[in-house]
Amino acid sequence: MNVKPDPASLKIERQVVGKGYAHDSARRHVRGEAIYIDDMPDLPGTLHVAPILSPVAHGKLAGVDTSNCAAAPGVVRVLTVDDIPGKNEAAPILHGEPIFADGLVEHQGQIIGAVVAQSLAEAIQAADLVKLDIEELEAVFDVETAFAANSHTHPTQHLVDGDAASAIADAQHRISGQLQMGGQDHFYLEGMVAYALPGEDREMLVWSSTQHPSEVQVHVALALGIKSHEVDVQVRRMGGAFGGKESQATIVAAIAALAANATGKPCRFRLRRDADMAATGKRHGFVMNYDLGLQANGRITGMKVEALANSGHVADLSGPVVTRTLTHLDNCYHIPAADFLGFAAKTNTVSNTAFRGFGGPQGIVATEAMIDIAARQLGLDPNEVRRVNYYGSETGEVTPYGQDVDDNRILDVVDRVMQNAEWDRRRKEIDAFNAENTILKKGLAMMPVKFGISFNLTALNQAGSLVHVYQDGSVHLNHGGTEMGQGLYTKVAQVVAEVFGLPLDDIKITPTTTGKVPNTSATAASSGSDLNGAAAFNAASAIKGRMAAFAAQEFGCDEADLVFANGQVAAGGQSMAFGELAHKCWFARISLSANGFYATPEIHWDGANLRGRPFFYYTYGAAVAEVVIDLLTGENRCLRADMVQDCGKPLNPTIDLGQIEGAFVQGMGWLTCEELWWDPSGKLRTVGPSTYKIPGSRDVPPEFNVEILDDKPNVHETVFRSKAIGEPPLMLAISVWLALRDAVSSLSGGKLAANLDAPATPERVLFAVEDMQRQVSELETK
Amino acid sequence: MTNKISLVLNGETVKTDCRPDTTVLEWLRGERLLRGSKEGCAEGDCGACSVLVRRAGEENYSPANSCIMLMGQLEGGNLTTVEGLAASGPDGHEVQQVMAENGSSQCGFCTPGIVCSLAGLMDRNQSPSDSDIHDALAGNLCRCTGYRPIVEAAHAAAAAATAKSDVLQASKVDLDPADGVGDDGCRFYLPKTLQELVGLRAEHPDAELLAGGTDKALAVAHAKERWPKTISTRNVAELRAINTQDGAIHFGGATTWEEVLPHLEAHWPSFATLVRRFGSTQIRAMGTMAGNLANASPIGDGAPCLIALNASITLANQDGERTLPLDAFFLDYRKSALAADEVIKSVSVPLPTEGEAFRVYKISKRYDQDISTVCGAFNLKLTDGKVTSARIAYGGMAATPLRATSAEDALIGQDLHDAAVLQAAKQAIGSTFTPMTDMRGSAQYRAKVAVNLLDRYVRDISGETVEVMAL
Repeated sequence: MNVKPDPASLKIERQVVGKGYAHDSARRHVRGEAIYIDDMPDLPGTLHVAPILSPVAHGKLAGVDTSNCAAAPGVVRVLTVDDIPGKNEAAPILHGEPIFADGLVEHQGQIIGAVVAQSLAEAIQAADLVKLDIEELEAVFDVETAFAANSHTHPTQHLVDGDAASAIADAQHRISGQLQMGGQDHFYLEGMVAYALPGEDREMLVWSSTQHPSEVQVHVALALGIKSHEVDVQVRRMGGAFGGKESQATIVAAIAALAANATGKPCRFRLRRDADMAATGKRHGFVMNYDLGLQANGRITGMKVEALANSGHVADLSGPVVTRTLTHLDNCYHIPAADFLGFAAKTNTVSNTAFRGFGGPQGIVATEAMIDIAARQLGLDPNEVRRVNYYGSETGEVTPYGQDVDDNRILDVVDRVMQNAEWDRRRKEIDAFNAENTILKKGLAMMPVKFGISFNLTALNQAGSLVHVYQDGSVHLNHGGTEMGQGLYTKVAQVVAEVFGLPLDDIKITPTTTGKVPNTSATAASSGSDLNGAAAFNAASAIKGRMAAFAAQEFGCDEADLVFANGQVAAGGQSMAFGELAHKCWFARISLSANGFYATPEIHWDGANLRGRPFFYYTYGAAVAEVVIDLLTGENRCLRADMVQDCGKPLNPTIDLGQIEGAFVQGMGWLTCEELWWDPSGKLRTVGPSTYKIPGSRDVPPEFNVEILDDKPNVHETVFRSKAIGEPPLMLAISVWLALRDAVSSLSGGKLAANLDAPATPERVLFAVEDMQRQVSELETK
Repeated sequence: MTNKISLVLNGETVKTDCRPDTTVLEWLRGERLLRGSKEGCAEGDCGACSVLVRRAGEENYSPANSCIMLMGQLEGGNLTTVEGLAASGPDGHEVQQVMAENGSSQCGFCTPGIVCSLAGLMDRNQSPSDSDIHDALAGNLCRCTGYRPIVEAAHAAAAAATAKSDVLQASKVDLDPADGVGDDGCRFYLPKTLQELVGLRAEHPDAELLAGGTDKALAVAHAKERWPKTISTRNVAELRAINTQDGAIHFGGATTWEEVLPHLEAHWPSFATLVRRFGSTQIRAMGTMAGNLANASPIGDGAPCLIALNASITLANQDGERTLPLDAFFLDYRKSALAADEVIKSVSVPLPTEGEAFRVYKISKRYDQDISTVCGAFNLKLTDGKVTSARIAYGGMAATPLRATSAEDALIGQDLHDAAVLQAAKQAIGSTFTPMTDMRGSAQYRAKVAVNLLDRYVRDISGETVEVMAL
């Protein structure tokens, strides 16, 4: 391993960074005073927009008759593709992904047009009056059909390292099979929304619930046929996003802007829950075809996987999602020979998109399932199979895509979680419980997670900030990151407060806007605080440097002797308030404003060959889950979860704890109760919380233990040596699904692997139980 | 002429001439510019719109889903929102104080609704258990936090509160509700006697008959319907009563599930456990037993329980009353025997007799606040080890709630613990139903579970632990 020594600076006691401040908006949240976009007061003349959605999964759109709709009460305009003055383009990466369907509909719920009316109710009622002339075409809903037809939305990716086919063929043991896993709706509580205000000439101001204001800016400009500098996009906060508002907010914002442009009035466009769930993308469901070679001790010799993602009707972010799947199939395990094929299947369902983990969780689910299956076939403890395959000096420390695992903490997190969970004692207790109970069976499982931090595409790993110090010493902070509840604004403010030695309250957090910080990346990939925290650090440090030079002159001391702390600037026996220094700097004509920029160092990625160092660093975590299942109904429940998560030196441990707990529960939902269900015509029938069940408070394990590892600073130079936290803990919930498999396996004394896909609804569990009972009775009759 | 709606909003008496079929959420956000309450789903499921409601004569506030509650339903009532709670002091209500400090909010969009639900819990229960808190939160979804800090905040706030929240006490004002509000464009009738109710029903056969509206009002919330005429059963004195007479409990047609719950707890604990999973606290505060039956949904959970309990239903019109056994009330998919001029006066449930063992099992993807994939209700009477009577009813297995009479026949007179008897009854269940496949489960799954639930019942009444939630 090649761990860098900790710089001496890390030993300094921090004043603001590292403290568990509450979310900056917590008081406003609980009082109902936090303003989301739909809460902004209506500007005079405001109009409301409702979408016209396709009732057909695939068809030629021969005509849209809007006459009845246009004549309905309150209707001001009806917009279709013909009303787009610029380009009908919403693709975040590729092109040809329409805002409004143009001659072709490719999924039920696709947006064909929009009704602009005096009230939302009038817009919704009128939208039902549109007459669509659609000539139905054959639709494809499953990825295997698309794979067989080589029908994809994004070029196929193939990560090859060594000769996996030979390694598997020559192995002592071999397992192969197929695993299916469903997608997941983001179910952010705040549905997609945008509010567009036309300005002078062609200017357009758009408030958008987006994780990616710069992308919204680009697409609004494209749609209106204007330049980016004529569009300003703002967002103070979102009511949850989870990746769902990374690329998919674009269409909503563009339609609001088109409506504002067409009517000259402020236009508000909010997708209500049913329309939001029908028209916007979700986590990709996958089919995984796997082939694994192993030695008798469980050591993997080669792994071949076909990862078939349900991309939906267009690519959106499916390309990089699949890349992340391929670069996380290794999880914590050294794979001597790998052959990973990633296929973004084109189907007539809504285009899937980013969702916390971004393809990584699906890769890790597949690998953990393979280990579970292999261990039982080999008669080994799954945790022993894990152990002989962990990255390390005895196995290897280079990933299939060529990155050194140079910050390895796998054994550390695994040993801690096994200890915290009291594994040995509970394993025995659970086995005893299972021996005594006939219809309730328990399961227990551990799994580790290694997750790569940075956008795979190197270019996206940049960020900007803008910091002003006013003459009273108060600080205005702006950066390109967006606040969706994850506490980014709080963390970045802590960084700036730390630099200036100010109390956190002296930092004013301001809404993200393209006019202050341009050309930003999405707040995504867990990178928000790494990127924006560093950019804000740089801006604040630049101002502080100028102030320090001046203060050193005033005090007649060396700059190095100055201490900025507790709102004071001091050296030797002299000190002055930070505000006084700010005022003096102004008087001396010293700039108190700076922009900051940050580009993640050391990373590079060859997308054609899937090789490089895509990730600045890795984070590590591990979890143990205990579940119980009911053999008569398949009902199941997680009884206890223990988690350990490496946070480097956390910027804010309270916020990190919230991210870990929330991600775990969200991941548990994905793998258990959350099921997307389409009827045979391709209509999604789970379009609201009455049919799509996310976890409720009673579903949280009654014993729910999290340990944040804050003992080791990030060995790589992140801001204050913290580590990313947004996505990695979601994958800790895979332990719940593995424990369910273990509970089903208990019917065979743990000898046979469960035939259980995801999500493990009661139905899937019951059928896995029946399958297991069949396997066991076959074995017994042999 | 317009009869304005009178209510007490955050402690202040307000008269409004808004249409009575306006949703409370629409009115708060649109007319009052109180935008703390959010729309998350417009179907009474996510709880982001939760407010506190106290209707005339009630002791405590209950949380309610303002997205599916109509302004006419608030006539004479008290309404407290998150803004009203915040105004109760420099740091607001105890729940707000604790939640602001302990990481209970991330994105914050669900938070105002959660604040209202927990403040409502504290108004009824000053020392809630974990389970009470989960019951209170069953109608509030949070996608960010994983709930742990919210549950802890509920405990901490209850411990910190020395008395019931002042703001809630101070805003409890009894107004005398009018017997109708609105105008000719949109009239909302609130009759106070059964005679008035059936008279209005006869006079306005085109009017919407509204009990709690927790399912029916979704069409309004989704902007798919407007209701020019609505007749509410809520204030009809005869329909608000629950009494025990002649060996049965008679639940008036306007009694809510929350009001019914203690009686179920006393006589049929398994039914009470089911009802605590029935919608949410918000839904149970509004939704009525009669409304659940009138809805005639094949997946309503009230029907299979009440059919298994041999309940009867009394319908009234201007000419008088008629009483039907409940299983005769359901005619077809969402079609009941309720005539256009009739109302449900009461539902009568015979009290349990010695040897009766009632159990109901609801199978769904999520334990709380989900709609049943299969709901099976079993009521067997055992005398000296023999089954002397049997009523078994299912929801989710056919176009209506349905009895498994052939299974009942297979059991009556037999020894329940005889494997052959059980097998015959299970086969009878299997051949009774041809369930459908939908988003809640496949036909095969439903068929399998329906049969297995009889197995569970037999184990359950023998004292075996049969449910994962019991661990």
